[in-house]
Amino acid sequence: MTTKTPTIGSIRNESRRLLEQWWREMAAADHAGRPTAYVFVMGSLGELLRAFDLPVNCPEITSLQTAVRGASLQYLQAAEDSGYSPDICGYVKADVGLHLKDRQHPNGRIPKPALVIATNMCNTYVTWAEIWEQMYGCPVFVLDLPAWRGTRAGAGADGEALRNDRRYVEAQLRDLIALCEDLTGTAFDIDRLREAMAQVNRMAASYHAVLALNQHRPAPFSAIREGITFQGISNLYRGSPEGTRFFELAREEIQDRIRLGMGTLEEKYRLLLAGTTCYAALKRFAEMFEQWGGVFVHSTYMVFAGGGFAPGFAYDLARPIESLAETLLLSAWRGWSMPMFYAQDWLAETVREWSVDGICFHGVKSCRTTSTGLPDVREWLRTRCDIPGLFIQSDLVDPRLWSDAQLKNRIDAFIESLAGRRATAGR
Amino acid sequence: MSGSGEREVAAILEECRVLVEDPTYPAVRRWREAHPGGKVLGHFQVYFPEEIPHAAGMLPVKIMGAGSTVQIRKADARIAAFVCSIIRSSLELALTGRLDFLSVFVTPPICDAARNACAVWVRNLPSLNSQVLYLPQNAASPHAAAYLRDEYRRIAGVVEEAVGRPITDDGLRRSIALYNENRRLLRDLYRVKRETPWLLSAVEAYTLVRAGGLMPREEHNVLLRRVLGLLPEREAKRQDKIRVVFEGGYCEQPPLDMLAVIQDACYIVDDDLLIGLRWLTGDVPTDGEPLASLARAYLDGSSYSPVQHDPRKPKPEMLLRRIRESHADAAIVAAPKMCEPGLEDQVNHIRALEAAGIPHLVLEFEEKMTVFEQMRMEVETFAESLLFDFA
Repeated sequence: MTTKTPTIGSIRNESRRLLEQWWREMAAADHAGRPTAYVFVMGSLGELLRAFDLPVNCPEITSLQTAVRGASLQYLQAAEDSGYSPDICGYVKADVGLHLKDRQHPNGRIPKPALVIATNMCNTYVTWAEIWEQMYGCPVFVLDLPAWRGTRAGAGADGEALRNDRRYVEAQLRDLIALCEDLTGTAFDIDRLREAMAQVNRMAASYHAVLALNQHRPAPFSAIREGITFQGISNLYRGSPEGTRFFELAREEIQDRIRLGMGTLEEKYRLLLAGTTCYAALKRFAEMFEQWGGVFVHSTYMVFAGGGFAPGFAYDLARPIESLAETLLLSAWRGWSMPMFYAQDWLAETVREWSVDGICFHGVKSCRTTSTGLPDVREWLRTRCDIPGLFIQSDLVDPRLWSDAQLKNRIDAFIESLAGRRATAGR
Repeated sequence: MSGSGEREVAAILEECRVLVEDPTYPAVRRWREAHPGGKVLGHFQVYFPEEIPHAAGMLPVKIMGAGSTVQIRKADARIAAFVCSIIRSSLELALTGRLDFLSVFVTPPICDAARNACAVWVRNLPSLNSQVLYLPQNAASPHAAAYLRDEYRRIAGVVEEAVGRPITDDGLRRSIALYNENRRLLRDLYRVKRETPWLLSAVEAYTLVRAGGLMPREEHNVLLRRVLGLLPEREAKRQDKIRVVFEGGYCEQPPLDMLAVIQDACYIVDDDLLIGLRWLTGDVPTDGEPLASLARAYLDGSSYSPVQHDPRKPKPEMLLRRIRESHADAAIVAAPKMCEPGLEDQVNHIRALEAAGIPHLVLEFEEKMTVFEQMRMEVETFAESLLFDFA
């Protein structure tokens, strides 16, 4: 009988390798003048672009990396000096600053866009894309994914309205394919799309399994530390064998951690993050909770920006384009309604299934998509479900909006209240 | 103009001003008294096809914030701090019962805050049917019109359920004809602004337009026809003012006092104020399939705004065209605080204006602002410098 070699450390090593490889590919595309597509994490269509060998730049990721590298302020200020308001999305401004600085990023040089694909999953994607349209004259393809429609429109959309939406999305995808053919001079090969979609199916299954493993106590990974890596790889390597392999490896490593009794820390409180973290203070944000034994076991961010991989996600490879349209649409429904706009039911269910003690609602000035209704959801869950919640505010990438002492006070008080609840419940 | 004519114009303008400044929607309440059991549909900015509820016998009413007339208390506890005022004040109106006459509320997801806000309405107002009308952002797509027709059909279904009876094509055609008339009258009003701006101040024109979103459109047509008939006889002297286009009023509305500050120094000869009421730029055909005609008009016969992407209508070029066609000397490029699409478009607009050599003034506002001294100084300095250059 052979003993399996523990995989501990492979997530860190492989994710680093993949991120460095992505940057090398972008630099090579820039150097060779190869057409590059700019895409966004919600609706990136990576599987379709792989069928055309189009390299991708994910500007949300390059923007957040400026903050993680402690360099976002210079880019934000360059954008503000050129007229952009302090009150708009920091991702947009960090990116505008990057373009104003000759596309020089701390990690390398990004190529110019030859094509932009923006879905309506975030309205700012569209106005952001229009900035590049004005800068470079590149084509902007806005992919409409009509989704959540309000009262009585749950995640299980069906009927004539859904059929109408599906027809529209499929027709748009066929237009996008024609645009990619024109741009690359490559004929569309449906088998290549099918191959990439098969990889996405495998990646989605592993991604979902990885998330589910964090139901274990203690949690084997932090949803805001490693969770960010998972989101990055799931978007940048969507549809590739390397991306699929990464999540299979991640699953194995996390299973090993559980087997070896390794948690992220001495876990006292299991937390759920609603919204995003602050990349300008990524480590500090985590530490403020971790010093009290608070570990984030899940986040809404890992759902709406994690490739749309809901449970049961699976492309029907017998009819790739139709299935791509349907799945994108349903991912948009889920992405908008479940973890974002109409999040109360998903949050309540996750609190139960992941044994969560409390929710941190983190509103960021940069992102009204993720932040606008957070105070309301918090209040709803507090009054109707008795789920404790903390609402704090800072930003995604702007260090000027990080108020350390104020946040620490709020977080300390929240953890104390969780301790108080536990003590009361134990009496 | 005779004294009685001037008094009549003044009375109409005063009536409109009351409607604009009264957060209790007096015209809606009057309509409900006259139509017992009548249902009201409210819709948030920017554009909504009011013909659909109108054809069902509903009263459509525009929900466009509350300016400084309401103290925001409840909404602040529901919505994050960095969201624009119109989202908050509209929610405050609903949470404080001022919109209790609504049976249906529709939000086009014009921006990230508006899209989120609909969920807040759904959670907090369970007896109200709050719907998202998804208007295409891929507006140049050859498939958008068919999609939008079907999306309008879905909204028609929501309306039919609210009133308990079907909407007929003939009813829709009659409503389209009524709204065509309204849009023609508004075009006439804007012709007055462009050609003889001294006959109608910016505040007067604005209140006349805005009242249309707050009252039955039949009544608005009567009122507009009467004012337009009286205006040529109005005794007003042409003044030495610069001609400007005002850009930035497509969603959150500038306070009347802000427009008054601008009109003291400039003629606003064209603008995007409440552009949703003038979104369709020509008559919608009254033959053929009505919902398809409305959909095609939205996509192919329409104005522009920061919340619609359409490569056929690059926004900076559209602004330059608006300036050219109104023979404006300059532009005032404004944006509401915290308005992501408006503030982002503002930069592209400024670059286009600079490239075209068109003087411009950049302003930021909030619907609830009440102090304008700084703004008055900026506008006066801007206008005077241009008058000096032109002299």
